[in-house]
Amino acid sequence: MAITELDLSALWVTLRLAGMTVLVLLIVGTPLAWWLAHTRSRFRPVVEAMVALPIVLPPTVLGFYILVALGPYGPLGRLANLTLAFTFTGLVIASVFYSMPFVIQPLQGAFEAAGKAPLEAAWSLRASRLDAFLTVISPIALRGYISAVVLGFAHTMGEFGVVLMVGGSIPGQTKVLSTTIFDHVETMEFAQAHAISAFMLIFSFLVLLGVYVANRRFPIHVS
Amino acid sequence: MSRLVAHFDVRYPSFHLNVSLDVPTSGITVLFGPSGSGKTTLLRCLAGLERAPHGFMQFGNDVWQDEAKGEFLPLHTRPIGYVFQEPRLFPHYNVRSNLLYGYKRISVEERRISIEQVVDILGIGHLLERRTHKLSGGEQQRVAIGRALLTSPKLLLMDEPLASLDIQRKQEIIPFIHRLHEELRIPVIYVSHAINEILQLADLVVLLKEGKVVGAGALNEVLTSLEFRKSSSSLLVGAVLAARVANHEPQYGLTQLEFKGQFLFVPLQPVAIGQPLRVHIFSSDVSLVVGRINAPTSVLNILEATIIEIRDMDQSSVDVLLDIGAPLVASITRKSFANLGLKPGQHVYAHIKAVALNEELTE
Repeated sequence: MAITELDLSALWVTLRLAGMTVLVLLIVGTPLAWWLAHTRSRFRPVVEAMVALPIVLPPTVLGFYILVALGPYGPLGRLANLTLAFTFTGLVIASVFYSMPFVIQPLQGAFEAAGKAPLEAAWSLRASRLDAFLTVISPIALRGYISAVVLGFAHTMGEFGVVLMVGGSIPGQTKVLSTTIFDHVETMEFAQAHAISAFMLIFSFLVLLGVYVANRRFPIHVS
Repeated sequence: MSRLVAHFDVRYPSFHLNVSLDVPTSGITVLFGPSGSGKTTLLRCLAGLERAPHGFMQFGNDVWQDEAKGEFLPLHTRPIGYVFQEPRLFPHYNVRSNLLYGYKRISVEERRISIEQVVDILGIGHLLERRTHKLSGGEQQRVAIGRALLTSPKLLLMDEPLASLDIQRKQEIIPFIHRLHEELRIPVIYVSHAINEILQLADLVVLLKEGKVVGAGALNEVLTSLEFRKSSSSLLVGAVLAARVANHEPQYGLTQLEFKGQFLFVPLQPVAIGQPLRVHIFSSDVSLVVGRINAPTSVLNILEATIIEIRDMDQSSVDVLLDIGAPLVASITRKSFANLGLKPGQHVYAHIKAVALNEELTE
């Protein structure tokens, strides 16, 4: 069972995809999660339900609509004036939607737990909104961020249906580990499928273990 | 004299705050009222934590909010300190970093209050390197006060800072509030619904009820006002007097106080002659005698008084508002009132059965 160059390039695409997705989600997700944690708007449940959709929806459904949207005649495709389907960028966009609940929900929970009280205290101590968020809220919500990063990363690594629908399986561009496993199985290369599967299993386990250990060892005191 | 002027009109689903405030920017002003009267909301509006859609606030010559012109200074640009009901210390910083959080965010020229001063006044020198969750509630609140002071505020807003503490801890903090007010000369607006805190701290009282100001003035005036006595059910204070120590009689264990030419005896106080001492008298401890007393009495404290007003309180009692150089209220029974035939303008003698002291507060 040899790990081929193809497998390595799939690993690289996977890691890049997961990293980019988490990065985008942290940037987009922080204000959204903050809004969800503190808004009194009656649209809050609507937004929450939309964010949570990928948890229950078959990935193919999500993938299908994103594919249509990203295609040359879809709204996003037209906006960008190019075809995003079957490209790495398209894959990142799809992954952002697909992994959104796994980033938003831990952040929202952490922001809700932190509450507005420390923020108000920071404002009263001459900190601007951004300053207060960076120096007070984000450290208090650190556990939420760790969970969000890890879950978002791991969940993106594990996606399959959406990738297949939106990205296809173009080596070096949109072929990721999960689709590589599928290809190996289809061509009866069980040994290689096993190697990659085992790698993903151990990797996922170690990442989660790391998070739980870190959480236990460095408790963030919220008194 | 510099003043703080504010008007706020805010409607909440279940509550309407509509107040006008005009108080001097000195001393301790207590916003007093039952819960739900709008004290905290008013304080938050003053701070800029809430933005009243119809609001105006001026501190001295500085306008902080004028919605008619669309002006609103965000909280973090206002020179105020705010102490919340709970300490709200930052859990990821130790005590020192908490104290320095605001200090680091003001310019060097603005720093009128030093860390040494705050540490000394609040007695928190031994806590500096501790994590905040290792502190007692009283210690946490002292750090929170220190943190606010270190922004060298021109106005300190305190929202029931003692509410979450037990009685012992409260008594531990009250002297600090006095010291910071006296030594740092920062005007304080203090929200409270505890009569004890008012008696010990207030120079001025603003009485709030259902989102409106129903009385404002010097402590004694407000406490003896009809509005206050009708709204306060618990402890009925007849007067708070800013007296002065006139003499000590150690052989009897007494200290004689002078108040506007009249004298009162209290248990011996370790306070030098000539020093001020704040005392209060409960209205139920005052009884009235008409005409000169010839018969000897064991009552030591007898004050000459003129009846200003008779107030019907309930079925069995009336309040008699007296002038002893300051207002004093006597609660007497309706029957005694009828027997004595009391009328406004009449001269009477007020027998004071007990004088309460604010032990901690030898101002």
